[in-house]
Amino acid sequence: MSPRTALSFDVLHVDAARETERIAAGIRDIVFNQLRRKGAVIGVSGGVDSTVVAFLCTRALGPKRVLLLFTPETDSAPESLRLGRIVAEYLGVRSVVEDISSILREARCYARRDECVRSVVPEYGEGYKCKIVLPNLIEAERYAIFSVVVQTPAGKTKKVRLSPEAYLGIVAATNFKQRTRKMIEYYYADLFQYAVAGTPNRLEYDQGFFVKNGDGAADFKPIAHLYKSQVYQLAAYLGVPEEIQSRSPTTDTYSLHQSQEEFYFSLPLEKMDLCLYGKNQGIAAVDLAPAVGLEPEQVERVYRMIEAKRKVAHYLRSSALLIAPVEAV
Amino acid sequence: MESNFIVQQLRSFIIENFLFDQDGNVKDEDSFLQGGILDSTGVLELVAFLEEKYGITVEEGELTPENLDSINNISVYLSRKMGRGQEEEGESAMGAVNPGGNK
Repeated sequence: MSPRTALSFDVLHVDAARETERIAAGIRDIVFNQLRRKGAVIGVSGGVDSTVVAFLCTRALGPKRVLLLFTPETDSAPESLRLGRIVAEYLGVRSVVEDISSILREARCYARRDECVRSVVPEYGEGYKCKIVLPNLIEAERYAIFSVVVQTPAGKTKKVRLSPEAYLGIVAATNFKQRTRKMIEYYYADLFQYAVAGTPNRLEYDQGFFVKNGDGAADFKPIAHLYKSQVYQLAAYLGVPEEIQSRSPTTDTYSLHQSQEEFYFSLPLEKMDLCLYGKNQGIAAVDLAPAVGLEPEQVERVYRMIEAKRKVAHYLRSSALLIAPVEAV
Repeated sequence: MESNFIVQQLRSFIIENFLFDQDGNVKDEDSFLQGGILDSTGVLELVAFLEEKYGITVEEGELTPENLDSINNISVYLSRKMGRGQEEEGESAMGAVNPGGNK
């Protein structure tokens, strides 16, 4: 078999038992020794990433030292809270529900967002739902231009390209959600002297799929080195409920269901995983293409997209920069 | 509208909005993608500028590097959109526009 045909999704296979123990040991060291905290707070969305982090923290620190936090708001899918509660019950850990809708209303998160949507869809109003989407960037060489999709109360949908002001305004307003969640997580971290666990996987961490000082903020990020498909492998090994393993990844940020694919990655996550792996390993597009089911020029396009997103993510990952070093700290 | 004038307007817009008035050395053939000049928000800003300034509508299928990835490419695209393709081709030979700049 030639090297070209040997490449497959198998390259992302991970020894789940060994990796679990490695991460658990790392969490213990970080939380107890490096950060000197008594446990961990995890915001759980009912998705596979935060659930795996909850399982790993429980394994590492013990159920008495783990707090799960559920922070639903007006636009959250109801199953997010239901699934989160299943996780807490399964693990035997404490959990708290904090509905953040009223905070968001007072911050005018929804009002600011809706004003921006109305600037491009004037009829948008009571009972409407919305999300923002990207076009498919894989099929042709084109720029990523966000559109808003609105759904009338009668269920009719309409897609309109966003103005820069509307796009920035919608994103800035909805980012209140992730930042409010983080604020609540740190409330409990302060209360119990816990550390906050971040839940990004490698794709999200690498490509900047997070809100700066929102879900991007944390004291430690135990699965940031794992490709999404490796997170699924750990989920299976750890016994994460099947319903969570099979749940389609969602941003759970907009009132209309929005997949991560249409919002950010433009490609199914397992293919995005392999493309990121290929780029990281320096694998030529022509060699990766058959494994991922794309044409070589499409893989080239994905490679360029990865590089472009990394540049933007640099700002998102940067902590406050100093003019001069402060040697004493 | 003169092609040279459009190129000058485009260059001013790019320098002001994406280079923060700090680098006037952007060349007409420089690729925005390769130079990391435009991100997705930048593309939105650029499209809004073109539509407002030149009274055109940039269609979905036209959001391509071929049309928008350099000052030269935009200039050629604008000429075509504004119905002056033939006329502008003559001027481009004088250095204002280089259709092959990004290829």
